[in-house]
Amino acid sequence: MTDKPKIPAIDLKQLKFHYRPGGWQLELPELTLHSGQHLFVRGASGSGKTTLLNLLCGITRPVSGELFISGHALHKLSGGARDSLRAKHIGVVFQQLNLIPYLSVLDNTLLSSHFAGQNKAEALSRAEQLLQRLSLQQSLWQQPASELSVGQQQRVAIARALLPRPTLLIADEPTSALDSDNRDAFMRVMLAEADANNCTVVFVSHDKSLQQYFHYQLDMLQLKQGVQPC
Amino acid sequence: MLMKLARLSLWNRRGTVLMTWLSLTISIALLLGIDHLRTEAKNSFTSTVSGTDLIVGARSGQLNLLLYSVFRIGNATANISWPSYQRIIKHPQIAWSIPISLGDSHRGYRVMGTSGEYFQYYRYANSQPLVLKEGTAFSGVFETVLGADVAQKLGYTLGQQIELSHGVGAVSFSQHKDKPFTVVGILARTGTPVDQTVHVSLEAIEAIHLDWQQGAPMPGRQLNAEQALAQDLTPKSITAFMVGLKSRMATFTLQRQINEYKNEPLTAILPGVALAELWQMLGMVENLLLVISLLVLLAALVGMITTLLASMKQRQREMAVLRAAGAHPWYLFVLVQLEVLLVTVVSMLSAAALLFVSLVVLQDKLAADYGLFVGLNIIRLNTLYWAGAIVLLSALLAMVPGVLAYRKTLSDGLTVRL
Repeated sequence: MTDKPKIPAIDLKQLKFHYRPGGWQLELPELTLHSGQHLFVRGASGSGKTTLLNLLCGITRPVSGELFISGHALHKLSGGARDSLRAKHIGVVFQQLNLIPYLSVLDNTLLSSHFAGQNKAEALSRAEQLLQRLSLQQSLWQQPASELSVGQQQRVAIARALLPRPTLLIADEPTSALDSDNRDAFMRVMLAEADANNCTVVFVSHDKSLQQYFHYQLDMLQLKQGVQPC
Repeated sequence: MLMKLARLSLWNRRGTVLMTWLSLTISIALLLGIDHLRTEAKNSFTSTVSGTDLIVGARSGQLNLLLYSVFRIGNATANISWPSYQRIIKHPQIAWSIPISLGDSHRGYRVMGTSGEYFQYYRYANSQPLVLKEGTAFSGVFETVLGADVAQKLGYTLGQQIELSHGVGAVSFSQHKDKPFTVVGILARTGTPVDQTVHVSLEAIEAIHLDWQQGAPMPGRQLNAEQALAQDLTPKSITAFMVGLKSRMATFTLQRQINEYKNEPLTAILPGVALAELWQMLGMVENLLLVISLLVLLAALVGMITTLLASMKQRQREMAVLRAAGAHPWYLFVLVQLEVLLVTVVSMLSAAALLFVSLVVLQDKLAADYGLFVGLNIIRLNTLYWAGAIVLLSALLAMVPGVLAYRKTLSDGLTVRL
């Protein structure tokens, strides 16, 4: 178990969100996740998983309540400030089609550091390191992303998400397009890299078989009741 | 990175982008081409005659006088008597004068009776004098000097005999067959109506009409060429005359004096003013052309925006990925704008190239067939204004997909709604 630093990676209290008043509503009483912790969130479609992810990475703004990401009060920040916070502190990996098809593997990886405003030379050497560790050979780097296999694409997505040294990695069913062999390899390499970067992980899926990889598991229903991952 | 994204994104959609580029190139070339031709035509038109301070004819409107004396279009309503002409040109302010006598033709080309002063004083464009490409000016009565077009189209060479016709139709029923003329000179091309004129002396005009009266041959009084030469060939009247003054300051004074001439009703016009007035009338057509080409450009730009809008659907994923990596919606807006700008600027450059090449290819043909001298320098202040306007317009139209990208990514977040 990693040491618990004073500032939690995620700290949310009484978070409320709805698209329009009186419509469908998501309420989260409390959730605290410390640096380096890996949380698996399970839930059927329509349970509010995607909304939760949009809230956590600052795409949408909560209607009320508090949400701190690494001590930054996300609920108080403007759209632009949330975007730069996401660029610097949050990595996102989708189900599939994570990459810009016409950019090369390397450029796709460097995209996140571009938005985070990081030093180019430094980002480049770290990107090369990450890609190598994720077993993406140098021969692939200059190829357009569209020519890679789905498994390779997902690994590039991890490299991009982790490049700016985020404190939080958010994954939205990143393995659903992979076969079981690839899935295992992917899960292992993703979590290993997250650990190596001391990165907190929130992983959302409906696939229960994946929860074995995580320290903590929560159902969306439990989350809505305020059950803590401990 | 932004530039790279825009460039590669366009390259990724090169099929539709290519068509957009093509239609924009053609329409911008059309717009710039029409604007260029307009300016060049105006220059060429207003420089049809230069250095002439006044044109004097029988009393009529100034456009009518300008049209028949300079452009050989239409007919004079009346003539100026020879004594009046002689009296007026004695005015101390007049440096030179060129008499003009019209009314006959040769196979559709107007015949102009004039004097040796014509070759000496007539100026066109930027005060350029007439130059004989071949031969000499006429000295004998039955000699003629041809304009460049006349010689070229009819295939005439020096020494050839031609016959003049009475009246100005292409097909004339009354010919001056008994008095043929010899071609003694051919003028270099000027790009003005001079090219389409058959020049003879005033005496020649008098000679071929000796045995005519009231516009028809007099029965029972036929004179052959030699008999005609024996007669007094002093002209009885001329159609109009051009005047050069010693000092331009005297222009208005002399104009008033001629207009108030007691013995005969005369009109004196300032060719520059009359040309400008005539061009204003023709200006309707050029403006219409310009409006049409503007609409063509607008259609091409709207076409570009339409394809962009259609592609936005496919690019939702791309936008979501950029957002996830930390891009602000503004970034996406700027990306779309930049793509439009890239296509527009590249199209403008290729349009300029297309226009230039077309002008190089067509320059000789335009000069030969239409007497229109078109310069190759398409970059003028006006062109820069157009370029600015096109860029502004495309940026304005690109707001549509740009704002759409901005708003869609704000509302959709990281998910793609199908």
